Amino acid sequence: MARIIGGYFTSHVPSIGGAIVRGDQQTPYWKPFFDGYPPVREWLAEEKPDVAVCFYNDHGLNFFLDKMPTFAVGAAEVYHNEDEGWGLPVFKSFEGHPALSWHIIEQLVNDEFDITTCQSMLVDHALSIPFELVYPDAPAWPVKLVPIAINTVQFPLPSARRCLALGQAVHRGLESWQGDERIVVIGTGGLSHQLDGERAGFINPDYDRFCMDSLANDPEALVADTTKEIVRKSGSQGVEILNWIAARGALGEGGFREKTRNYHVPISNTAAATMVLEPA
Amino acid sequence: MTIAFAQRERLGEAQGPIPGTTLFDGDAAAKGYALNAMCYSFNDKANREAFRADEDGYCARFHLTPTQREAVRSRNVLAMIAAGGNIYYLAKLAGIFGLSVQDVGAQQTGMSLDAFKQMLLDSGKD
Ligand SMILES: [Fe+2]
Repeated sequence: MARIIGGYFTSHVPSIGGAIVRGDQQTPYWKPFFDGYPPVREWLAEEKPDVAVCFYNDHGLNFFLDKMPTFAVGAAEVYHNEDEGWGLPVFKSFEGHPALSWHIIEQLVNDEFDITTCQSMLVDHALSIPFELVYPDAPAWPVKLVPIAINTVQFPLPSARRCLALGQAVHRGLESWQGDERIVVIGTGGLSHQLDGERAGFINPDYDRFCMDSLANDPEALVADTTKEIVRKSGSQGVEILNWIAARGALGEGGFREKTRNYHVPISNTAAATMVLEPA
Repeated sequence: MTIAFAQRERLGEAQGPIPGTTLFDGDAAAKGYALNAMCYSFNDKANREAFRADEDGYCARFHLTPTQREAVRSRNVLAMIAAGGNIYYLAKLAGIFGLSVQDVGAQQTGMSLDAFKQMLLDSGKD
């Protein structure tokens, strides 16, 4: 039987990639952020997951506005990163797990989620950076990937409640999967930040703390607001918390405890956060 | 505490408009399609170079509206957003202009870069 080892949640700011390339991890600006990751690395080294089911949003690498799926599930053999427009070094590719992807797709459609399926899919910094942070020396990623993209770009966005339900349906799929893999669930993005408009630079530590405090055992508290009200509290890109909410759903209903938490303001324009939840 | 208060001021009234924020909805997506399509093309290095070599010609190829063209010409991010630009795509154009997200933030808020960065640092203090 497959086993869900827990959830890893992290911000995915593009400039983190630059800091890694330059080797800036121990500089005063970056250290308080990177210090959040050794406990995650230790946890993963102990738990040794084989598969990562990862909820994230694309930033205009794979999806353009010509076709913008609300929920898209990757079912590819391999996922490549490419230039996102800034000419930064390209991140390592991911090996896929198409059989598990299709099993999850069957579960989701059976549960009336009308998703998009992708047998060819580029993945951007929102997927690569979380792995660079926790497997810094790996020649290849030690896990196979099932990527699930949520539209956090173009309104109408799916509601937080719908994202939680999506994650819960993914959980049912993982429960009925007959493989013996060890699975880590990942949610990337956030926390509060806003890049655009006269309110650019908006950060809301009070709301971020509420989100982090609720994640383990009160995810329902996170889905009471409309997406517009989440943008109000969290910023136009802080709404990426939807990826965390979906990932929390995929962990299942049981109790969870925080294995580790780090919160640091700012990284670039973002309130950066890192958490691990494991079954209580 | 002054910062927390300042942020509360920036929340607006529940259900009402969000201060200084444009939701990128269907109207914006339709209005901004040409501009965002051009920005999306900048994932390709050859296209970034083509834009640098002939900005007018490149913008014409993507059929930017006169308003969008003027916003790009003047490097004015708020004007690009008003013309339907989405920041995830505009960030690729900003990169060509050598602007970081902090430069873009400073420009939109009318702050100096240092003041904008200081505001971010202060946001983390209680
Ligand atoms: Fe993001």
